[in-house]
Amino acid sequence: MKRARNQADLQFPSHSANEGFARAAAACFAAQLDPTLEELGDIKTAVSEAVTNCIVHAYPDTIGSIALKLRHHDGNVLEIVVRDWGCGIENIEQAREPLFTTGGADRSGMGFTIMESFMDSLRIRSVPGRGTTVTMKKKIAQRAAVR
Amino acid sequence: MELKSIPRGAELEVSFAGELDHHAAKQAMHALDEELEEQLPRNLVLDFGGLQFMDSSGIAVVMRAYRRMQELGGSVCMKNVPDQPGKVLRAAALDRLIPMDGKKAPSGL
Ligand SMILES: Nc1ncnc2c1ncn2[C@@H]1O[C@H](COP(=O)(O)OP(=O)(O)OP(=O)(O)O)[C@@H](O)[C@H]1O
Ligand SMILES: [Mg+2]
Repeated sequence: MKRARNQADLQFPSHSANEGFARAAAACFAAQLDPTLEELGDIKTAVSEAVTNCIVHAYPDTIGSIALKLRHHDGNVLEIVVRDWGCGIENIEQAREPLFTTGGADRSGMGFTIMESFMDSLRIRSVPGRGTTVTMKKKIAQRAAVR
Repeated sequence: MELKSIPRGAELEVSFAGELDHHAAKQAMHALDEELEEQLPRNLVLDFGGLQFMDSSGIAVVMRAYRRMQELGGSVCMKNVPDQPGKVLRAAALDRLIPMDGKKAPSGL
């Protein structure tokens, strides 16, 4: 893909307090693409799901590092990459199925389903024992500027 | 995340304020568990009017309250659901299990 029009890279430890930080940072960056309130809600939800997965699944018993990359591409497309260096996913197809969870009663198995339906695209790459990269894209409709 | 509960006879209303994510969910579940054990209500009303954000961690909180109310032979409903939490709840089809803002759950599951 062509160089992004704008970009921001963040890296933070997998403390649950950073869930709110990550979605607020993503929402702030996304504001440049002039999203509607609903689109902004979708973006915050998707980021929260991806980052929470790193915290609860990738690093269940340790604090590890999480990278959040935000890109503003031509055509008013927002790209969000969430990466961890944790346990990885054995079976990605199964993990993407609604209601599938390894997290017990505290989880509902809806995270990937929500990311997929709230964003335009979701790609998951993972190597067991090495980590997981989740890439999501959403095109923000360009609205007539209000003057 | 702040929870406030108002017992009204057999009905217990619990209002949520703030952001219900994984960071807040454990405490919210705990507070809700305690409230339910203490009051043993017939009807539980979840007031989401003050909720600024909710993700799938909130789905688990709602499902836990739903299951506990089923054990107690009671009912649950959700009211004042803002747009973003509403979209998450509908994505998990919880609006088909639990009445949301006066709309009855279509299938009496
Ligand atoms: N970053 C990750 N590292 C390792 N495993 C993961 C990661 N993300 C997801 N998984 C695996 O994929 C499963 C499905 O993830 P998904 O987010 O859809 O549901 P969940 O996290 O289990 O529940 P919910 O998101 O509803 O709280 C998880 O239970 C876990 O086994
Ligand atoms: Mg998840």
